[in-house]
Amino acid sequence: MTTSNTPRVPTTGPEPPPVPLAEEARPPALVDRAQRLLHAQATLGPAAVLLITVVAFSLVAPNFLNPANISLILQQTAVIGTLALGQTLIILTMGIDLSVGSIMVLCSIVMGRLSADAGVSGPVALLVGLACGMACGLVNGLLVTRVKLPPFIVTLGSLNIFFALNLWISKSETIRGADMDEVLLWTGQVVTVGGTRLTYGSLLMLLICAVLAYALHRTRWGRHVYATGDDKEAARLSGVRVNRVLLSVYAVAGLVYAVGAWILIGRIASASPQAGVMDNLDSITAVVLGGTSLFGGRGLIIGTVVGALIVGVCRNGLSVAGVDVLWQNFAVGVLVILAVSLDQWIRKARR
Amino acid sequence: MNQPSTDAAARPTGPTGPAEPILQAVGLVKRYGSVTALAGADLELYPGEILAVIGDNGAGKSSLIKALSGAVVPDAGQILVEGRPVRLPTPIAAREAGIETVHQSLAVSPSLDIATNLFLGRELRRPGVLGSVFRMLDRARMRSEAARHLSELGITTIQNPNQAVETLSGGQRQAVAVARAAAFGNKVVIMDEPTAALGVRESRAVLDLILKVRDSGLPVILISHNMPHVFEVADRVHVQRLGRRIATLAPSGCSMSDAVAVMTGALDPAELPEEALAPGAL
Repeated sequence: MTTSNTPRVPTTGPEPPPVPLAEEARPPALVDRAQRLLHAQATLGPAAVLLITVVAFSLVAPNFLNPANISLILQQTAVIGTLALGQTLIILTMGIDLSVGSIMVLCSIVMGRLSADAGVSGPVALLVGLACGMACGLVNGLLVTRVKLPPFIVTLGSLNIFFALNLWISKSETIRGADMDEVLLWTGQVVTVGGTRLTYGSLLMLLICAVLAYALHRTRWGRHVYATGDDKEAARLSGVRVNRVLLSVYAVAGLVYAVGAWILIGRIASASPQAGVMDNLDSITAVVLGGTSLFGGRGLIIGTVVGALIVGVCRNGLSVAGVDVLWQNFAVGVLVILAVSLDQWIRKARR
Repeated sequence: MNQPSTDAAARPTGPTGPAEPILQAVGLVKRYGSVTALAGADLELYPGEILAVIGDNGAGKSSLIKALSGAVVPDAGQILVEGRPVRLPTPIAAREAGIETVHQSLAVSPSLDIATNLFLGRELRRPGVLGSVFRMLDRARMRSEAARHLSELGITTIQNPNQAVETLSGGQRQAVAVARAAAFGNKVVIMDEPTAALGVRESRAVLDLILKVRDSGLPVILISHNMPHVFEVADRVHVQRLGRRIATLAPSGCSMSDAVAVMTGALDPAELPEEALAPGAL
C-alpha cells in the first residue's frame, strides 16, 4: 500500500514503434523494482506500514506515544499476536483457521473452571488447558488430513463446536480471577523493561515468536512446513510426509492458542465465555498484514508480530483519538483488503 | 496375463551389462476403474545404460513410471531391484531403494532456495548437541554440498545455491531437479519428459546432463515424446503400447519412423530386421 500510489514514471522521448508479439507495456522500472524488493524482503512492507501508522497517530493524538499508552498497546497486542502466531503456521501451509478464538476461549474456560471450581492446582489446570488446545488443533488437523476436508470448512464447523462446548462448560458464566490460582494470572503481572511496563504475557508472545522462528527456519520441520504450503504435491514427491507435517502444524497451532488463553486470563483477570469472539478475524488480519501470503509457503513469523502491532496500533490509535469504535472495525477491514491486494500484486514478481 | 516371478530369471539378459538387470518390472497391472493403464507391463534396465521409454498417449508410460517411482501401487506384478523383489508403496520407499525420479512437474518448491530443494526430505543436521537436541540444520554444509553437486554435473549457469528456485529459468530448474536425482540416486534415475517444456538450447544442456549422469555410472530411464532426443541419447528404446511393452528397439539399427510406426501400431515389430531390435528384447 505504500508503493501502489507511486506515480508512473513518464517515458522519455517518443513512443517506440510497437514490437510484434510484445506483451503489454512493461511497468515502469521504479514500480517494478519496488515489487521485486517487497517480494524478496517480505517484512519490509509491514514494517513501513507500522511506522506510518505510528507516526500518523502520534500526530493526530498527542498522548498516543506516552509510555502508559504504549504498554497498553503491547498488552492488547499480546493476545491477538499469540493467536496470530499459531494462525501463521496454518496459513503458511495454505490453510486458514477460523476456530482460533473458540479454541482460546474454550481453553481459558477449561483452565478457569478447573482451578476455581474443581479445586485442581494451578499448574495442573494450566497443563490440562494447554493439552485441551493441542487436542482441539489435532481434531482440526485430523479432519484436514484424514477426511481431506478444506481447512476453511473444518474450522468453520469446529468454530461453532468449540464455542458451544465453551458455553456448556462455563454455563455461560464468567469465572472471576480472584477465584483462580495465581499461576493462571501470572501472565498479567507487570515487569518494567526500559521504562515501559510490559506484562509477562507480552514477553511470552515474543518468546513463542522466537521459538517458532527458530523452528521454521533452522529445523527440518520448518522447511517442510514451507515446502508443503508452497506446493503440496511437489513436497510429497520430494519425500516430505505432507500429512504428518499438516497434522503437526494444527497441533502446534492449537497449543499456541492455548498459551493465548493463558495470556487472555492474565489480561482480563478472569475467564469469560464471551472474550475473544472478534479475535478470529483480527488474527487473520494480523497474519496477512505481516506479509504472509494466504496462498501458502511465503511469509515470516516476525512479520506476524508486526502485523499484530499494526492492528493494535490502529484500534488503540483510533480510540485514543476519540473515534467511534465502529470506525476501528472499518479501518481494520480496509487494512486487510489493502494487504491482500498488495500480496497478490507482489506475487506477480514471481516468474 | 501376469508373469510368475520365476519367469524373471528365465528372461534373456542383454549383453549391454552384467547378466542381471538393475531394475526390472514383471507383469505390472494397473487399472483405474474400467480403464486398464498397465496390462502386464515388463521393463528391464541394465547397469550403465540409458533406456528410453516411448509410447503414444494412453500407452501406460506414466503409470509404468509412477509404479517404478512409488507414486502409484500396481494391482499386480512385481518390481525387482538388483534381482530382489521390492515394494514401493510411497515415493520415499522408492528413494530408499535407490530409485530417484525427476518428475515432469519437477517437484521443486519455488519459494525455497536451491540448496533447500536439493536436500528436501533428507536435510543435514548440525553435528553435536545443536543437531541432536535443538534439531538445527547444517545450512552451510547443505549449501556447499549443493554447490558441489551442481558443479559436478557442469551446471555453471547457477551461481548461488541460496537463490530461490522461482528466480531460475525452466532449464535451470530442470538442472536442479536432475542434480537432486543424480546426487542421491544410487541405483537408478528416472526422468519424465525432461525436455518437454524447454527451448532448443536448454534441451541441449539437459541432454548433455543426462549423458553425464549415465557416464557417472547411474543408469537412466528417459521418458520422452521427442524422437530426435530419444535417438540421440538412448542405448535402448522400450516401446510401450496398450499397457504393455511390445518391443525394445536398438536406436542404431532402426529409424525414427520405424519406432513411431511400432509405437502407433502401424508396424508389427516382428517385421523389423534383426538389427533393429535391442539384444535381449522380445
